[in-house]
Amino acid sequence: MPRPGFVLDVDRSTPPMLFWRGENFSLEKLPADRTRVIYPPEPLPGIDDVDGAIRNALLNPLDMDPLPALLTPGMKLTICFDDASLSLPKMRRPDTRQRIIEAVLELAAEAGVDDVHLIAALGLHRRMHDYELRHVLGDRIFDAFHPRGLLYQHDAEDYDNLSVIGETDEGEVVEISKRVAESDLVVYANINQVAMDGGWKSITTGVASYRCLSYHHNPATLQNTRSLMDRHHSALHHSLWRMGEVLREHGPKIFTVETTLNTDTFPSPFDFLAKREWEWTAKDRATFLATQKSLDRVPVKMRRKIMHSIESPYRMTGVHAGFTPTVHEKTLENVYAQHLVDVEGQTDILTMGIPYICPYNPEGIMNPILVMCMGLGYLFNMYRGKPLVREGGVIIMTHPTYRDFHSVHHPSYIDFFEEVLPDTTDPAVMSEKWEAKYAEDEWYRHLYRTGNAYHGVHPFYAWYWGAHGQQHAGRVIIVGGDAPTVRRLGFTPASTMNDALEIAADVVGRSASITHLHVPSVLVADVK
Amino acid sequence: MAKKSLRRAQQLAGSAEQAVRAAATPLRNFGFPYRAPTVPRGVEVPAEITGLGAHYDTGWARRPVASFARGLITEGPIRLATRLLTNPEIVGHDRLADLARLDDPPALIFAPTHHSHFDTGLMIRAIPVVWRRDLVVAAAADYFFDKKWKAAISALSLNAIPIDREVTGRASSDLLAALIADGHSLVIYPEGGRSQDGWGQEFKGGAAYLSSKTGAPVVPVFIDGTGAIFGKGMKRPKPGRTKVVFGRPMLADDDESTRRFNARIERAVTTLGDEALTDYWTARQRAATGDNPPLTGPEFTGWRRDWALADRRKLGAAGKRRRQQRPWPDLG
Repeated sequence: MPRPGFVLDVDRSTPPMLFWRGENFSLEKLPADRTRVIYPPEPLPGIDDVDGAIRNALLNPLDMDPLPALLTPGMKLTICFDDASLSLPKMRRPDTRQRIIEAVLELAAEAGVDDVHLIAALGLHRRMHDYELRHVLGDRIFDAFHPRGLLYQHDAEDYDNLSVIGETDEGEVVEISKRVAESDLVVYANINQVAMDGGWKSITTGVASYRCLSYHHNPATLQNTRSLMDRHHSALHHSLWRMGEVLREHGPKIFTVETTLNTDTFPSPFDFLAKREWEWTAKDRATFLATQKSLDRVPVKMRRKIMHSIESPYRMTGVHAGFTPTVHEKTLENVYAQHLVDVEGQTDILTMGIPYICPYNPEGIMNPILVMCMGLGYLFNMYRGKPLVREGGVIIMTHPTYRDFHSVHHPSYIDFFEEVLPDTTDPAVMSEKWEAKYAEDEWYRHLYRTGNAYHGVHPFYAWYWGAHGQQHAGRVIIVGGDAPTVRRLGFTPASTMNDALEIAADVVGRSASITHLHVPSVLVADVK
Repeated sequence: MAKKSLRRAQQLAGSAEQAVRAAATPLRNFGFPYRAPTVPRGVEVPAEITGLGAHYDTGWARRPVASFARGLITEGPIRLATRLLTNPEIVGHDRLADLARLDDPPALIFAPTHHSHFDTGLMIRAIPVVWRRDLVVAAAADYFFDKKWKAAISALSLNAIPIDREVTGRASSDLLAALIADGHSLVIYPEGGRSQDGWGQEFKGGAAYLSSKTGAPVVPVFIDGTGAIFGKGMKRPKPGRTKVVFGRPMLADDDESTRRFNARIERAVTTLGDEALTDYWTARQRAATGDNPPLTGPEFTGWRRDWALADRRKLGAAGKRRRQQRPWPDLG
């Protein structure tokens, strides 16, 4: 029986805590008697018969007819699926999306459906490489659909193939892929790794246009998103749900299949990362030391290659299909069952280790903007109720924050770092002054549409993702980062954790309370 | 004196001639007891248990020393020969991933198509490691176990179990069922033997029967290309490429007879065959309408059947035979 998450009060006998430091990790001794550590729940058991569970969900959907009843000969069927930003790290093959889509295709074949398109719901993310598509969909689907041009990736800039569905009460225009809009049935194959994913968000961001996304991916909306992991208090999700209503009334019939994963993230020999430090065996300690020292001694490129080659042994904990909002409520129950940890009260200082990966750098480099996005956007938002850190408190992150960018995946990030950040780090100001220039840049548009680059506007969105955290925190300190780069982000560099706590004392006093968010794995703090 | 010597020489010559004639005379000219006795009419002689054929005891081949030796043979000569001669592409392991992930993966019955002696070595290499360790192979008793040396080699190198092809032998099926119950996975060729003409044959019910009897899932497998590399009747192998496609494990439904289950296994392998030569979606669409090209080939006979076989092989892995490296001549 997996143990639930819990909050540990640090005393003198507590061992040093594990912190991510990009592609490596460190152990940090946290002050006794004023620090608490939030440990995530252990991974829930997975479903043994995954294919059977998926088939059962398709045949017994929620608030919709069974899938076979919706499939008729001569119809237009479109299957959309999440891109490589899920799961993180990538899961071992076979991927859940492959399983769902194969189950759907088998029913479609039995029903005599010929007109089937598969669309990777990228939004403004980079196009996936062929090997990534193969990983997500499996060789069978890739080899059957890709050569015929029936498997392709959404293009949010292809206005000839985008279609306006309608407008919300608040004037938000819903514009999505024409193929999706004109389909008789759309099946969405989803992976819900965190509570932010899924629901109407899948389709209203995955196959939407830049114009459509800009209604909710903006500083005002994201500063009022409290939090990303709590859709009922998220301005972003409110906007998405309004758009979903428009889709429901005027758009195609959508049959959503949502799945949830447990948090069994690291295979052997990295499985010690998910263990509680005082439970590390001699083998775990030896593995930690060997891994840490080895990673320290290899070039950063090799370090990245090693870490990105990790494939997670995730297990599926639930699958539901049918009407999108109903399905999503069930999905959220499953996600919260895995992630929620009850926490009493806020803290003055929140510490967190930033890993080597975030949703915007699969197979790529965690550049400085993504460090900000991961820390203030994702990890800060891992709460329900109130943020873990009080308003005006200090956030301490550990990451090398090297000034390094993936020139193929993140071309506009480079210019954003060199041009926009020296001018301003205020999301509202950069939105007004710079966003349009990047969003409409022909070269970025070309790279997004034909290469493997994120959309030109994407660094802005990554920055806005952390807007709420940036606004909320009194100071952000990065331990172990490249000092000029950290300063460019508007943060304070520190060499060691003790230095960082000294710097934090200027803001929150010397006896400030400290909370450490223990990742991995993922958790959502339910702050009372 | 001279007469005496002459007579002596004549006697010796006569003896020698007699000895040569006796040596040259075929054994068949001698009767009982030099030959087996003839059986009087109306008398039935009980069959003698020879220890060969289906009665060959393979227990020794599953003992630790033999298993270790087999591990060396599998990882050495079989691996090398498979790589050099058949260059396989193995797909569909993901369909077995859920079972492979279990702490104690269940025994499986692999039911591949059969076109060549290379199929067994190929299967041993292609089956995921978790099942490879405890794998037994059902082999024709009349072919692999008719001589002691052949039986010993088959049992040692392939962990082969003799099985009657012509008669449904209870001993064979009981032994196989016991081995499966003991955790051994099994490779059994439902066609009963190698293809006669390059096309497949109808499936016999052995795999379905054993699955129903033991509860072990059947994994349909399609092997493409080995028939063109070393099919029945070929004098020497022609190296080429092969493809092994694993299907989803299948179990008989509650009220499904062995015959119907066998037909379902055959359909699954047929669909895999179509998938190997076309693609997943085309094969699924045709499976839904029952239009997958049959493994047994077209119904007509003669040259048109051979012609169709050539066309089919062009679609498959065997059509992509490795070309000889012929560099352009250096003309100075």
